[in-house]
Amino acid sequence: MILQTKLFDKLYRFGSVKEVLAKANEVKSGDELAGVAAEDATERVAAKVVLSNLTLEDIYNNPVVPYEDDEVTRIIIDGVNKRIYNEIKNWTVSDLREWVLSDTTTDYDIKRIRQGITSEMAAAITKLMTNMDLVIAAKKIIVEKTANTTIGRPGTFSSRLQTNHPTDDIDGIMAGIMEGLSMGIGDAVIGLNPNDDSVDSVVKILNKFEDFRAQWDVPTQCSVLAHVTTQMEAIKRGAPVGLCFQSIAGSEKGNTAFGINADMISEAYDLTLHEGQAAGPNVMYFETGEGSELSAEANFGADELTMESRCYGFAKKFDPYIVNTVVGFIGPEYLYNSKQVIRAGLEDHFMGKLQGISMGCDVCYTNHMKADQNDAENLAVLLGAAGCNYIMGVPHADDVMLNYESTGFQETATIREIFGYHPIKEFEDWMEKMDISHNGQLTERAGDASIFLN
Amino acid sequence: MNEQDIKSMIETILTDMTSTKEADKNNVGPQTADSAPKEATQQDISGDVLDDITKIDLRKQFLVPHPHDREGYLKIKSFTPARLGMWRAGCRYKTASVLRFRADHAAAQDAVFSDVDPQLPKEMGFLETQTTCQSKDEYLTRPDHGRKFSDEMAEKIKQSVTPSPKIQMIVGDGLSSAAIEANVKDIIPAIQQGLKVYGLSFETKDVIFVKYARVGAEDQIGEITNADVVCMLVGERPGLVTAKSMSAYIAYKPTVGMPEANRTVVSNIHDGGLPAVEAGAYIAELLDKMIRLKKSGIDLKAAENAGN
Repeated sequence: MILQTKLFDKLYRFGSVKEVLAKANEVKSGDELAGVAAEDATERVAAKVVLSNLTLEDIYNNPVVPYEDDEVTRIIIDGVNKRIYNEIKNWTVSDLREWVLSDTTTDYDIKRIRQGITSEMAAAITKLMTNMDLVIAAKKIIVEKTANTTIGRPGTFSSRLQTNHPTDDIDGIMAGIMEGLSMGIGDAVIGLNPNDDSVDSVVKILNKFEDFRAQWDVPTQCSVLAHVTTQMEAIKRGAPVGLCFQSIAGSEKGNTAFGINADMISEAYDLTLHEGQAAGPNVMYFETGEGSELSAEANFGADELTMESRCYGFAKKFDPYIVNTVVGFIGPEYLYNSKQVIRAGLEDHFMGKLQGISMGCDVCYTNHMKADQNDAENLAVLLGAAGCNYIMGVPHADDVMLNYESTGFQETATIREIFGYHPIKEFEDWMEKMDISHNGQLTERAGDASIFLN
Repeated sequence: MNEQDIKSMIETILTDMTSTKEADKNNVGPQTADSAPKEATQQDISGDVLDDITKIDLRKQFLVPHPHDREGYLKIKSFTPARLGMWRAGCRYKTASVLRFRADHAAAQDAVFSDVDPQLPKEMGFLETQTTCQSKDEYLTRPDHGRKFSDEMAEKIKQSVTPSPKIQMIVGDGLSSAAIEANVKDIIPAIQQGLKVYGLSFETKDVIFVKYARVGAEDQIGEITNADVVCMLVGERPGLVTAKSMSAYIAYKPTVGMPEANRTVVSNIHDGGLPAVEAGAYIAELLDKMIRLKKSGIDLKAAENAGN
């Protein structure tokens, strides 16, 4: 294993694989805050050169958090198919990158090889990829998952309907849901981030969602994004949980900060499979975002991209319907500006898909970040090109409860139009039946919430 | 058709009429080339001012041209501050709604990226200080630097304010300069007025203004001044509904590294939420309670629940 190189006659020496991974990362304010970023642009490239020459075995043997100390590492390593791993362990990181990008490598080939790689390997090749690499490579990977409906089919592009309310006023929430549905939004999931995450409140909202979904016969699934233990209690009280949600991290310590561990998620998965509203088999919904481990002081000296990749390794165990990277929510101390957010969105999406995850992205930013709606629209289009499974649908892109900016109903409709994508088949059939769309085109009724009023 | 639509229709008609007239005039003169762009003269520039689009009540603005049920739509829309009923231009947004979004976002960004008017702490007579941050960028990317003072600054604070006070007031810019500019002049006298009832007080000259402040900066100030209760008024991260929202973070004998749960928070202080004057009275009551019970945050809540 070689951990040093010369660049322009200057010697660059690195102390560990973890340091190489961190310094090979594109510029992120969070890595600077953590004190793990490259000193300058040349050192960054030197780290990429060293990384490109490491073998997959080198990466496998050096997880960024030790196997003995961390449940997430154990889940990732124990999930590897040793026969497949042995076939590729002598490949360099560069070899893996070029193999993924090769004309002859198909989704079928990637489905097999993914069982032989770890999250750190997925992170490693991501660090060698340009933005356009990340788009084309993700585009060829197809990840389909089924709850009530099947997401991720080629030619489809879906959205999560998110109509949060500062006081969880159910009529206000439903007003947004009606308008979103009338625009063809919500085929991934109808979801709410509750302000009051008491069991009573969560049960009430779940019941309302399911009543409405059933009344109008909408082919989709519903979720209320309270803590997983709250949702489990809601299920036990008979509430119709479609997708069971939880925020996850890339280390055991990070998950502890979220108040979860793998056993708890297994229990929730099992409970939702057997008592949830959706048929499944994919009934889990996770959210992630670069920087969350650092904010919980649970990054173990690793960079935020590698920790993010490990979230997907953890998620894979529970075969989720969707995973959402909430890319710009965390703030400028982790992703400074639109350039960093756009990069992170493309990275997360690719790393997730490579590991077999049905990826969506909350293309978003906070108001103390150097970004605006043009930047969000740029990333949304790039993700559309990359074959992302879904994005958010928030009324006019402004979340009035969480106080951040995302993508609106219009963005999903526009991406479908630009790329010729369709909603999930059953959902599109429902739109035709409701006369919201006609032969795949939105009608004059699209965008009129009052079609759901008597 | 609503008022807004009628207004814009009339404007369009008037503009068309004027430009037709101008065109006729121009055609009379043989020397005028038809295709030449006409430079505006003073006469062409109206003294009228366009309506302020940020004054439109979003809960009432409604741009759907032919709704299935107008009354019903307006009713459900009134239940949420979300931007509903804004309709669309093809699959994109209407001009009016996209401009309003940009205006509200611009106000939020300006509140974050601009400094509090330097005259404000001077006029109020506050003690002016700064955390170890040297720039807005450093402030935004290094929260740890926004919680710390240099040794020199700590010494300045120690020398300048009354030691071991019952109440130490702090004003920090936080993430919204607009919030501080909009609320501080009202809330400081309101708190002082409110405290009189409890026989408590603080002097305005002892109020510490902190540039590039994170909430944690109050902990070091607590240690420096040895105050019983420390109260920081700080600008909140702006949303699009308002960029002028301020919070108060109050703690009994705070220390660096103490749990966040030991703070009592009064949030949403702005004209459309909890107005500064009302917030002042409420904060005064809390300050008195903390001094009496020697507690803040969840400990205070627990003591209150126990009936103290």
